[in-house]
Amino acid sequence: MVEVGLDPLVRFKDVQKTYDGEHLVVKKLNLDIQRGEFLTLLGPSGSGKSTCLMMLAGFETPTHGDILLQGQAINNVPPHKRDIGVVFQNYALFPHMSVVENVAFPLTVRKMNKTDAKKQAIRALDMVQLGEFAERRPGQLSGGQQQRVALARALVFEPQLVLMDEPLGALDKKLREQMQIEIKHIHENLGVTMVFVTHDQDEALTMSDRVAVFNDGIIQQIEPPAELYERPANSFVANFIGETNTLCGELGQVNGTECAVTLASGQEIRVQNIINGKTGDRTSVSIRPERVQLSDQKPEDQNVFEATVIETIYHGNHVRVSLDVAGQSDFRAMVRSGNIHADLNPGHKLFVGFSQDDCRALDPITT
Amino acid sequence: MEQASTHTSSQSDVLPQVEDDIPLKVKLKRAERMRKYRAMALIAPLFLFILGVFAIPIAIMMWRAIDNPEVVEYLPQTAIELKNWDGQSEPTPELTAVFARDLVLAYKEKTASTVGKRLNYDVSGMRSLISRTARKFNRTQPVQATMDDFVKADKRWAQLRYWKTLKRASGSLTPFYVLNAFDMKINDEGEIASVPESQAIYSNIFWRTMWIAGVVTAASLLIGFPIAYLLANTSSKVSNLLMFCVLLPFWTSLLVRTSAWVVLLQKNGVVNSSLMGLGIIDEPLTMLFARPGVYIAFIHLLLPFVILPLYSVMKSISPAYMRAAESLGAHPAVAFVRVYLPQTLPGIGAGGILAFILAIGYYITPALIGGPQDQMLSYFIANHANSTLNWGLASALGAVLLVTTMILFTIYNRLTGASGVKMG
Repeated sequence: MVEVGLDPLVRFKDVQKTYDGEHLVVKKLNLDIQRGEFLTLLGPSGSGKSTCLMMLAGFETPTHGDILLQGQAINNVPPHKRDIGVVFQNYALFPHMSVVENVAFPLTVRKMNKTDAKKQAIRALDMVQLGEFAERRPGQLSGGQQQRVALARALVFEPQLVLMDEPLGALDKKLREQMQIEIKHIHENLGVTMVFVTHDQDEALTMSDRVAVFNDGIIQQIEPPAELYERPANSFVANFIGETNTLCGELGQVNGTECAVTLASGQEIRVQNIINGKTGDRTSVSIRPERVQLSDQKPEDQNVFEATVIETIYHGNHVRVSLDVAGQSDFRAMVRSGNIHADLNPGHKLFVGFSQDDCRALDPITT
Repeated sequence: MEQASTHTSSQSDVLPQVEDDIPLKVKLKRAERMRKYRAMALIAPLFLFILGVFAIPIAIMMWRAIDNPEVVEYLPQTAIELKNWDGQSEPTPELTAVFARDLVLAYKEKTASTVGKRLNYDVSGMRSLISRTARKFNRTQPVQATMDDFVKADKRWAQLRYWKTLKRASGSLTPFYVLNAFDMKINDEGEIASVPESQAIYSNIFWRTMWIAGVVTAASLLIGFPIAYLLANTSSKVSNLLMFCVLLPFWTSLLVRTSAWVVLLQKNGVVNSSLMGLGIIDEPLTMLFARPGVYIAFIHLLLPFVILPLYSVMKSISPAYMRAAESLGAHPAVAFVRVYLPQTLPGIGAGGILAFILAIGYYITPALIGGPQDQMLSYFIANHANSTLNWGLASALGAVLLVTTMILFTIYNRLTGASGVKMG
């Protein structure tokens, strides 16, 4: 999907942004957006992701650095000349126009004649299955329908780039999931480049070709979803994407990409040395809950602990177990319902095991 | 209700049956009765207040515009006899007889002048004719007065038009004042006709009132729109200060504000001397007691009424609309005209109609600042109510204003429909 080798469609070059002249909301951002890709900017609120999007759309000016669109700096190009479609958080459908007038708006301001504009707008509405609602007012549509209209409006003038600022935030869970798939399909069919901002990690993982995780004005990691989940580069990403267990300790003997970590309880585990640390460095080891094996018999994994069940919560297709492991009472394990080989009643003692490949020694979390 | 629920453990839609035969609706009404009384008691003071000092006086005023008691009350027999007269031929002997008797009686009770004044509204000279005839008949005391007696008392009675005037004024209700307010009257042939050009003033003044109100409304909207926009779109610190300035006039008495304009606008006032000092004009502008002064003072007065509804509407328009329009390729000016402006229409409508209605009824400002050519309907209403004591005409002119206002308001309501403005 991502066309490697070509120039990127968009390039952020050393971009900084401050609103008050004291704090940088975006700190030295370098980012290439490839033609045709679906890139998600993911991060907690205040992490700078929306500011990046607004700078790209032209509503905010970078304090420092350049934004290049097809190799041209666009810092001084006003929004209406950028040819970038934007879908806003609350859709921003014009309430005094009908649905079809809304969708035809970008065409009529481009001086297309009314009949052609209407025809093309109807086609765009058909694409989002809303052709029959053309003459209604936006206020008469449901949230999901308004969302589709906004999407049709941002796509109808065939922009090279479409930006979406948390567009699904106002929808309920089921509708949101449905829209995620729908937007993904539209992206695949049209081949348009999309940049999507969200704070919802599920959304980011479901839809994207690549995800850029923002925190504190910096891109923490930018990878395809699976990479991001399986191989987080630092503790923030490991904790922000999905769920993770964190065991704090000190690096022991280092052996290339592998090393030993001595935990606070004195126990030693074997892990992947992701931080590239040396003996004696502090580290936080991250282990995904679904990679933890629970068993009444001592398993043959590299890392095995004795543990006590604190609480078990049934979730239908899986079971979540809170455990006391190596002196930490917030250790969680996730077991598929058909794959339980231990007594999970609270107070029960059992063994937990996980392989070295699933343990990643990351930067220490300072608490 | 608890009793009812014990009887219906079933899940059917049928209303639960209870032993007593009182229908559920009656019970509901009973249960709600206390609440209803309480609500009514809370509304009562305001309701009575409005009824007493607003609704009833206005109703009485409207009634005055068609009420015509003078002839019926003070010349009662004549009024009856006038009905029997066809109004074309010579007055009947019965009529002349009772008219003379009534006149003598009215002279003694000093009500003849009231009748004379009323008839004088219609045909000038009637006042002197009535009082003179009454005085003479009081002296001669004719028993069965005839036409000859009347002509002897005053030659003018020989003309049928004076008798016709009397007949026109003999009903207990009259369209006279209302027609007068539109520069029309019922002529001697009994037809509704325009009064001669030289006497027509009110339609002229009505259109002048509309014109002045229209100009100041349009100007207030033009000046108020950018201010409201700024108010709605700046930081709260700036907008609080601005809002304070906008509301400041409300805390000053209207009379004080108007008098201040008199001081500012006069020939050697602050405005003229500043303009001359700056070399913009060579000789002082005539603003006081002229149209420009009226416009200036009016606009100052009406600005807050325009700004506040506009602000309230603009505050609710998300900046995302403009951003969306621009991102879709619209130049900011195009986005403003096609996206922002249409959404402010409820505010423009509300502010405009408010300013216009206030302007057409304002009295003090044009009275103090305007010249004779700038007086509006309200001035003539006050004049007829206070000076000439022609309450009928004052009421009719008031009714014209009231009806105009109501028509405008109805049109406004139709146009905006349910999407009216939310104040505050």
